[in-house]
Amino acid sequence: MRPSKFSNFIFNRNVQGTFYQAITLSLVILGVYYIVQNTAENMMARGLASGFHFLGVESQFDIGMTLIEYSPTSTYFDAFIVGLLNTLLVAGIGIFFATIVGFAFGIMRLSSNWLIAKIAETYIEVIRNIPLLLQIFFWYFAVLRALPKPKQSIEFVDSVFLNNRGLFLPDPNFGEGSSVIFYLFWITIIISISIFIWSKRRQNRTGITFPAFYVSAALIVGVFFAALTATGFPVSFDIPELKGFNYKGGMRLIPELVALTFALSMYTAAFIAEVVRAGIMAVSKGQTEAARSVGLKEGLVLRLIIIPQALRVIVPPLTNQYLNLTKNSSLAAAIAYPDLVLVFAGTALMQTGQAIEIIGMVMGVYLFLSLFTSIIMNLFNRIMKVGER
Amino acid sequence: MNKNIMPPVIEIGLLGWLRKNLFSTWYNTILTLIGLYFIYLIIPPFLTWAFFDATFSGTTREDCTSSGACWVFIKQNMKLIIYGLYPSDELWRINIAYFLLTVSIFYLLIPNLKYKGSVGIFLLFIFPVICVFLFSGGLGLENVETRLWGGLFLTLVIAGVGIVLSLPIGIMLALGRRSKLPIVSLLSTIFIEIWRGVPLITVLFMASNMFPLFMPEGVNFDKLIRALIGVMFFSAAYLAEVVRGGLQAMPKGQYEASQAAGLTYWKMMALIILPQSLKIVIPAIIGSFIALFKDTTLVLIIGLFDFLGIIQFVGTNPDWLGFSHEGYVFAAAIFWVFCFGMSRYSQRLEKKLDTGH
Repeated sequence: MRPSKFSNFIFNRNVQGTFYQAITLSLVILGVYYIVQNTAENMMARGLASGFHFLGVESQFDIGMTLIEYSPTSTYFDAFIVGLLNTLLVAGIGIFFATIVGFAFGIMRLSSNWLIAKIAETYIEVIRNIPLLLQIFFWYFAVLRALPKPKQSIEFVDSVFLNNRGLFLPDPNFGEGSSVIFYLFWITIIISISIFIWSKRRQNRTGITFPAFYVSAALIVGVFFAALTATGFPVSFDIPELKGFNYKGGMRLIPELVALTFALSMYTAAFIAEVVRAGIMAVSKGQTEAARSVGLKEGLVLRLIIIPQALRVIVPPLTNQYLNLTKNSSLAAAIAYPDLVLVFAGTALMQTGQAIEIIGMVMGVYLFLSLFTSIIMNLFNRIMKVGER
Repeated sequence: MNKNIMPPVIEIGLLGWLRKNLFSTWYNTILTLIGLYFIYLIIPPFLTWAFFDATFSGTTREDCTSSGACWVFIKQNMKLIIYGLYPSDELWRINIAYFLLTVSIFYLLIPNLKYKGSVGIFLLFIFPVICVFLFSGGLGLENVETRLWGGLFLTLVIAGVGIVLSLPIGIMLALGRRSKLPIVSLLSTIFIEIWRGVPLITVLFMASNMFPLFMPEGVNFDKLIRALIGVMFFSAAYLAEVVRGGLQAMPKGQYEASQAAGLTYWKMMALIILPQSLKIVIPAIIGSFIALFKDTTLVLIIGLFDFLGIIQFVGTNPDWLGFSHEGYVFAAAIFWVFCFGMSRYSQRLEKKLDTGH
């Protein structure tokens, strides 16, 4: 029996596909329409106007820590920027320390010294398996808030003070002439890069090596100190001093910031350590052996063979960890560090009630960061793929 | 020539091991000494505080006279920590669930037992249904409002719901993203990337502030359900990416062979592709579950008293001020046992399931 035209039509894969897609699409559209409809009705009932007009209105609340000028008479948009900058600050400091600690523990974990490897392993296994929020609470409530009063602060070399009001650091003061040093510093860096490029080209052409690293290091350090002496040390440090009940002068980091960045870096470092270990182990042993048998010195084996190949494996998951750290910095809300989520999705939302706009903006910021990072990563992967067989 | 001569004594046994692993070169010796010093700095004081100088017996704050930890604080608040504010007369309901859960998990852990599959199906499909009636009431049981739920119990409920419901959604999303149908694939991709791109806190803020706006007038979910929906979607998006990894790892021949055998799309997925690819990604799935379990602590930010939330809460009780160290260390120990246990289990499973291709 020949199949009828109708069953041919029904069981055609393309027809079925179109049919399923039409159903999915209409369900999604119906769902979105339902939600939008309800939201509009609810907002009408609550007397809320949609839109972003509220951004220009005076915020009437103060923020504990601001990197830019801000007062209760500033607008909600200013509050948004303050929160965003505070988030980026925590993320920046956190990424810096997490990278250093993470690489250190990752390399320690692979040490031939049994004790060192075990210490690193214990650190990683303990830190990774305890919720980050608990660690933030511990450092904030149990450690930093329990520190002594300013009069009994913990001191380091008479210029760094730690007490229950925060961490007090010397504040660098750039006097006249420091801009000269600054420019000279960048000029020497540019010269050093040119030296590297020139020596590499010459080596490729003639095979003659040039100690580019030592020359440029000497150049940068030498010019820096020569300029410092010539301009008469224009950089001075404003050292915090105990006046009355608290320290005056210097740079004050609020305890919330210290606890948050500390917990974030320690937590993320444990994950970065695993990434680093996996990356180094991914370079097969034959690579090391082959490099040695070609006659490369140990340092060159690491620099030219192992590290470039390990980095190819390490960088994508590493950026992923950076992104996680940035997203995790939103836990700031739990200890009242004024980050984007607390300032904007917390206080501002409570005052204006503009839930959709505000949460949309906050989510938008994080989404933008994620998408931006993944675009960069895709580019990186494409460039790195070239050398592969 | 004497063939029975022994190797030098410093090359074998304990001495040989020490020499090889701790003191092989001068810098290794220095590293070992530094390491030992750090251990000396951290471990003995901690043990003294937590055990040797600690107070274990007593009922009130006045019994905490020693210089070490006062575990009386934990002991006195144990009921709150485990059950939250759940009514005392109804605690047996939670205990039954705890009992069933523990028994089934131990059954699954013991190797070489029959009917493991049935126990697994019970745990995934029947047990949650029993729990719904046990915990919230119905079928003759008294109704218990979710605002009374708390402590370890609530943490396990959130993690459990997240795990059980997010896996099927995650699988569907992964299939959707890999689908050849452009609209289905696009919608799944957008859905996955949005949830993965934002922190869980913003999801929870959204759940508590925006969900009420989405629903028609009069329909009102309680706070716990809103949080659960947020957690579920969030973790489904992560699981979708894990599952997609497994789908991509399948050789193309598997797809082609099942199509050649005349299987439809759903039969091919359910019988050939998913069983194999899920097996590959079991360790990664458990990894997501560990992350989800740790993330459940965030619900305290929107005002639910989970395990960590209740420990924060009892620490602010005026009768027990100043015992936050004990609270945090206890919470950390419990979380660590759960998470480390799961990660070790997944490593074991990985070895066992590795049939070698």
